Amino acid sequence: MFRLEARTSTPAWFNLALPLIAIAVTLVLCSGLIAVAGAGVVEAYGVMLSASLGDSYAITETLVRAAPMIFTGLAVAIAFRAKFWNIGAEGQLLAGAVASCFVGAIPMPGYLAMLLMALVGAAAGALVALVPATLRVKFKVDDVVSSLLLNSVIYYALMALIEGPWKDTFSGYPISPPIEDSANFPVLIEGTRLHLGVVVALIAAPLCWFLIARTTLGFRIRVTGENPEAARYGGINVQRVLISTALLSGALAGLAGVGEVGGVHFQVMSDISPGYGYSGIVVAMLARLNPLGVVPAAIFLAAVMTGAEAMSRATGVPAFLSDVIQGTALLAMLVALLFTAYRIRRVRASA
Amino acid sequence: MSASLIEMRGITKSFGAVKANEGVDLSVAPGEILGLLGENGAGKTTLMNVLFGAYAPDAGEILVEGRPVAIHNSADALAAGIGMVHQHFHLAPRLTVLENLLIGIAGKSGRIDRARGLARLTEISRQYGLSLDPNLPVSALSVGEQQRLEIIKALFRGAKLLILDEPTAVLAPSEVDGLFAALRSMAAQGLGIIFISHKLNEVRALTHRCVVLRHGKVAGRVDHPAGTTSAEMATLMCGHEIVPPVKEASTPGASVLTLDGISTSGHAGTPLRDVSLFVRAGEILGIAGVSGNGQRALADVISGMLPPRSGTMTIAGKKVAQFSPRELQALGLGRIPEDRMTTGLVTNLPLVDSMVLPRIGTEAFSRKGLLNPAAIRAFAEAQIEAYDIRCPGPMVRAGALSGGNLQKALLARELAFDPKVLIVSQPTRGLDIGAARFIHEKFLAMRAKGCGIIVIGEDLEELLMLSDRIAVMYEGRIAGTLPSADATVARLGLMMTGAGHTGEAA
Repeated sequence: MFRLEARTSTPAWFNLALPLIAIAVTLVLCSGLIAVAGAGVVEAYGVMLSASLGDSYAITETLVRAAPMIFTGLAVAIAFRAKFWNIGAEGQLLAGAVASCFVGAIPMPGYLAMLLMALVGAAAGALVALVPATLRVKFKVDDVVSSLLLNSVIYYALMALIEGPWKDTFSGYPISPPIEDSANFPVLIEGTRLHLGVVVALIAAPLCWFLIARTTLGFRIRVTGENPEAARYGGINVQRVLISTALLSGALAGLAGVGEVGGVHFQVMSDISPGYGYSGIVVAMLARLNPLGVVPAAIFLAAVMTGAEAMSRATGVPAFLSDVIQGTALLAMLVALLFTAYRIRRVRASA
Repeated sequence: MSASLIEMRGITKSFGAVKANEGVDLSVAPGEILGLLGENGAGKTTLMNVLFGAYAPDAGEILVEGRPVAIHNSADALAAGIGMVHQHFHLAPRLTVLENLLIGIAGKSGRIDRARGLARLTEISRQYGLSLDPNLPVSALSVGEQQRLEIIKALFRGAKLLILDEPTAVLAPSEVDGLFAALRSMAAQGLGIIFISHKLNEVRALTHRCVVLRHGKVAGRVDHPAGTTSAEMATLMCGHEIVPPVKEASTPGASVLTLDGISTSGHAGTPLRDVSLFVRAGEILGIAGVSGNGQRALADVISGMLPPRSGTMTIAGKKVAQFSPRELQALGLGRIPEDRMTTGLVTNLPLVDSMVLPRIGTEAFSRKGLLNPAAIRAFAEAQIEAYDIRCPGPMVRAGALSGGNLQKALLARELAFDPKVLIVSQPTRGLDIGAARFIHEKFLAMRAKGCGIIVIGEDLEELLMLSDRIAVMYEGRIAGTLPSADATVARLGLMMTGAGHTGEAA
């Protein structure tokens, strides 16, 4: 017989081991689905691995995909540290994409355009995140619900734009006009899609870590998240911290959208994000809300996404497996988190 | 000797390298009240958690009415007739008294028989003198009433042995008498009771027999608690004699904190009505009163959590403008909250974070928004050393420390900045003798250094021992102030009930 017992302390190596165990469990569970789909498990995972990380081009493709999830992962990780439940990274990303696309379409020198795209995109994301934060601080509205529902509002507003006034007159498709060529983010390696935004994402992670670990704002975010009452007693303006966190989180998610417009798509369409905002939640949880952990977690999910497409072509297993792996990884991680607070103890079955 | 209701034999339980219990034997007969004594960390709670099935013992056995039983969880414990009233209650606040009793005991059909539940509640109420309105929501009950409901809940489920973990820690003195009357009545009717406490006078007044734990082992057994002195029991608990601290005579200086006509509104508890008081440098002012007479509002106003509706407050001659924690700290106020775990500390973060929390934005710990990790760590390490805070280091999770060590940490974080005034609420609630003694000595040392201290408390003996003057609160007002030389428990008790307006208005 087994039972759960409360832990008095959590070993340090758990922080690293838990996500790895969760990922291993996820891959084992999903191998069942691969088998059901009639493919060889080793072969399928092999194709996934080689297509996502097998050569330098595959690696750049994976990094390009990881970039928006690094941003949304950071957005969610910082918000969750303060217990501001921002489920709205998706909407904030879309707002950032739309705003930066508007700016990028205005003729001006390239570097100025890129800088303005980033600033305006981040501001748009921040503004969207401000809505659920203000509702919570002023009216105690549940931030999970309001930030989640706002995603739909933003999505349909975007659809209305690109189906209506903002429709590209040249192609006639429901997509926005492209940004100026000079505003396209520079490609770092010839023949790949590895753009400047990816590097910005990789730099943003240690900056966010520094913010959380080494600044007074980061301290206040951590303390407010863990115990708002003690924070208030300690002289911290809890409402102001929540608002600051929301602005920061929204700005990071907005930058995810800026990168997609400036570095990948150069315009806005309805499927500009395949749910990067939601994937950000998985990334942040796998990273245990540590900004440095966000990078490997985002790369893992990106590898699964790029790998799943190749696997689908090679073995016939539907590419939807990538979504299943994401969901399973989140669930496995949530279960794994249980073991930071509890341990399993074997009990001798006696009379 | 009658057969034991419960017997624990050779119970051993380790957490890693720490032996929380080692070879503990204990038994309770029907009709007996057993006191379980020990300092914090002596293993009392672990032992009872083993009995109630929260922990599996590494060795040893449990016998109920002579038969060995295996208790793996609380359901097993309840089935064996063991009920436990924890320090922190497990009640559903939105449900009524009766609904809380019916939780988890619906019949096999899934139907809940309210009428039968009500009949049983009435029967228990009459049998043991524990009355409660069955239709009141739990959120409307006082702490004492919630505890009564927890006791009724255990009896409702057929407990023959009732474990109470420091039940008086949350009660006002008047409520304690009611609890003791009920416990005596239960024992007289054949129930067994294990009473965990470290308040020696209560143990001596209530229990028939005592087991004293120290470092996880039985340090001694007391067969006639009423005929044993508190000093003898304290020596068993600590392993050495405890000498009360000496309060030296001092001449108070100028007033360092003055409240003038403070009234409040919009507070969950009793609001303050025209409260005026002062404390001078080198003086300790005790605030006595039955819980719920405005003490919380007073502490909240002085510590900057509740701006008053009217009235003024002055710290060291400077008028307080905003009543924010930061402003008050800057004026030289030190604050120690009533509830260490929820208001004082961030239990999930490293201890060091809680120790620097109130002053994180000051030059001591940061500059231009950037933390100074070296200074923060050095501060925490110095305080841990100076206050003998027992912990593996500043990076340990704060929640892993015992109450006494947490209180020391809170004391350290304030006293390190040499406050001119210190406001503390219930400074030694839940602490053992050794830790309480340490806290008292620190207060007296600060008094000698010229700090003015306000101690809000319910333990009159403690207030009499520490204070130079004692003010009594009644219904949000100061009912009167006495020099402690003129104060006695009886006289204060009278003032606390609103009778006998004596002494000068502060």
